[in-house]
Amino acid sequence: MTTKKNILSDIGQALLSGEIDTIDLTHTLDPDFPVIVLPPEFGQCARFRVEEVSRYDERGPAWYWRNFSCGEHTGTHFDAPVHWISGKDLPDAAVDSIPPDAFVGPVCVFDCSAESQADEDFLLTPNFIRKWEESHGKIQAGSWVLMRTDWSKRSGAEYLNMRDDGAHTPGPDADAMRYLIDKRDIRGFGTETVGTDAGQATHLSPPYPAHYLLHGANRYGLQCLANLDKLPATGAILVCPPLKIKHGSGSPLRVLALVDRSAP
Amino acid sequence: MTEPLKRPSKKNPQKRTVLPTLPPHARSRKALAFTAAAAEGVLKLQQCAACTHITYPPREICPKCWSMDLSWVPVSEGGELVSETTLRTSINTHFRERMPWRIGTVQLDAGPSVLAHVHGDVEAYSRVRVIARTDKSGQGVMMALPEKETPNMADDRQLRALTCDPKFRRVLITDGRTELGQAMARALADAGASIVFVGIAEAWRPYAGSAELAGIPGVEIMPLDITDTISVEELAGEIGGKTDILINTAEYVRPGGAMERDGVVTARDEMEINYFGLMRLIQAFGPGMKFRGADGDNSACAWVNLLSVYALSNWAAFGTTSASQAAAYSLSQCLRGELAGSGVKVMNVLFGPLDESWRQPLPPPKVTPKRLARTVVESLQQGLENVTLGPVAEDVVRRFREDPMVLERELTQIQLG
Repeated sequence: MTTKKNILSDIGQALLSGEIDTIDLTHTLDPDFPVIVLPPEFGQCARFRVEEVSRYDERGPAWYWRNFSCGEHTGTHFDAPVHWISGKDLPDAAVDSIPPDAFVGPVCVFDCSAESQADEDFLLTPNFIRKWEESHGKIQAGSWVLMRTDWSKRSGAEYLNMRDDGAHTPGPDADAMRYLIDKRDIRGFGTETVGTDAGQATHLSPPYPAHYLLHGANRYGLQCLANLDKLPATGAILVCPPLKIKHGSGSPLRVLALVDRSAP
Repeated sequence: MTEPLKRPSKKNPQKRTVLPTLPPHARSRKALAFTAAAAEGVLKLQQCAACTHITYPPREICPKCWSMDLSWVPVSEGGELVSETTLRTSINTHFRERMPWRIGTVQLDAGPSVLAHVHGDVEAYSRVRVIARTDKSGQGVMMALPEKETPNMADDRQLRALTCDPKFRRVLITDGRTELGQAMARALADAGASIVFVGIAEAWRPYAGSAELAGIPGVEIMPLDITDTISVEELAGEIGGKTDILINTAEYVRPGGAMERDGVVTARDEMEINYFGLMRLIQAFGPGMKFRGADGDNSACAWVNLLSVYALSNWAAFGTTSASQAAAYSLSQCLRGELAGSGVKVMNVLFGPLDESWRQPLPPPKVTPKRLARTVVESLQQGLENVTLGPVAEDVVRRFREDPMVLERELTQIQLG
């Protein structure tokens, strides 16, 4: 009798035995969780809201359910290429048409927590990435890349860190995005902050380089992630399927990571 | 002089809360014109167009010349107390609970003699000022006050039953992020409110004036977002039982009509704050306030809605905002109906363009946030229910009363120039 290698069954066993750990990278959808704040003349991101339909009462005696409402970019969320003007005409670029294999894949994590603590406007550069690759190896094509800043540990006004001249939060510079897209062919880029771009990214060139370059190249974004400090630099698997909203520009979602606890 | 009101002691948790009972409240339909004027603090009586005779109580026919052409006109508040008595017993539950109660007959300068509540500082057979106000039942009554201000006059027990004086009361201001909310907090603290709860939405966004607001003595910052049902319910759970006056300062204003807009996102935001926000507040805070309408010297007494005067008739330049304000005004009328008999007054302040950023390009005259705050305090102290503020609002209200259809044509005609 031949033994055929069965990867999925091995993974199933590892999940059951706890060798593979499932990490939740998602913030709770909470009405008071910050959303991006645009100049007041522009349309704004809808906050997460819930309204009770019934709660074992005269509106429905044996059941509890609610309506919820939010924007496509509320809470921990996925950015599809059509979110940005640079990706508006690309094929398969809305959440309902993105090939599903994009939602599961290997993930690299850049630890920028010390730099971001020292400088709230810290910008990720190609130099930082090259150094990271010296220690952790070349980023595999098709990987997701996450920028750990420990920003998810901030709360209240510290999170958006808004001042009179706008938000002050870390993010990538344009060259870092070009490096990741053109040289390393990543699948998507994710952050702990409210957007994939830095708080002051409107003043970079091009403005909002992560949005502009990622989506222009049909790549994806994830933001408002949490628990990135629980991930290894390499070797984890990211699971991030957005809601299948017809021609959706993005969607709140549950982001999970599978981490191999038996890895050295 | 009036004995100054003492700071109410803490409530005895073993005692049942006194429920609101009502003074006599049946009125003829004719007499409601008196109530409507009293709600604005105006003493109006019927005058005969044929013989100019002024008559009271309300009638269908002039008692002097039998003309049926009677109209309500503002009359002088001057008069003389010609007889008085102090009631010590009554078959009416409301007054039984409040004995002794001073009443008297006033010979008005305008002609008729009227039965009125009498302030404690009025001396027998003296000149008085007769005010018209709504009482705990929501109906118009008269009260004779001393002609000249006396010390602590507002603290008179019988007068305080007609007013909504913030002194020693606990106030909730629903939005303190704006200049208006902050001016309101300051004005209420200055008026002697014992606590001014100020709602702040989205504390994760900084706002101008936050440090100064927190520094006002008596101000307590509370998380409150009236677009979030859970937030409103949580705050009501915390302070709903000690909110005596609620002032809804939250407003969402954007220029533009329906056709100028692309989609309904902004209009929804308008409704979320101006209409559904008010509704959430009503559902969360209304029942507690309704229950506490007779709860001692710091009973629940007033619900204040601040509304654009274009709630009455749409102004297309701020067309969809006007529509949401109209919805809010209608809901405020519903609230008045639901609070009827509770002793809690609903005060609607209709104001002209407010001096704030979204109305920045509009020409003067505008109402400053400070002025609006001062007017709210003064109107509470007077016990008013309907207030019009600013020359623009006064003009619109006057035209609305003359003929709402003409006003509508005026606001919707081709703009000249």
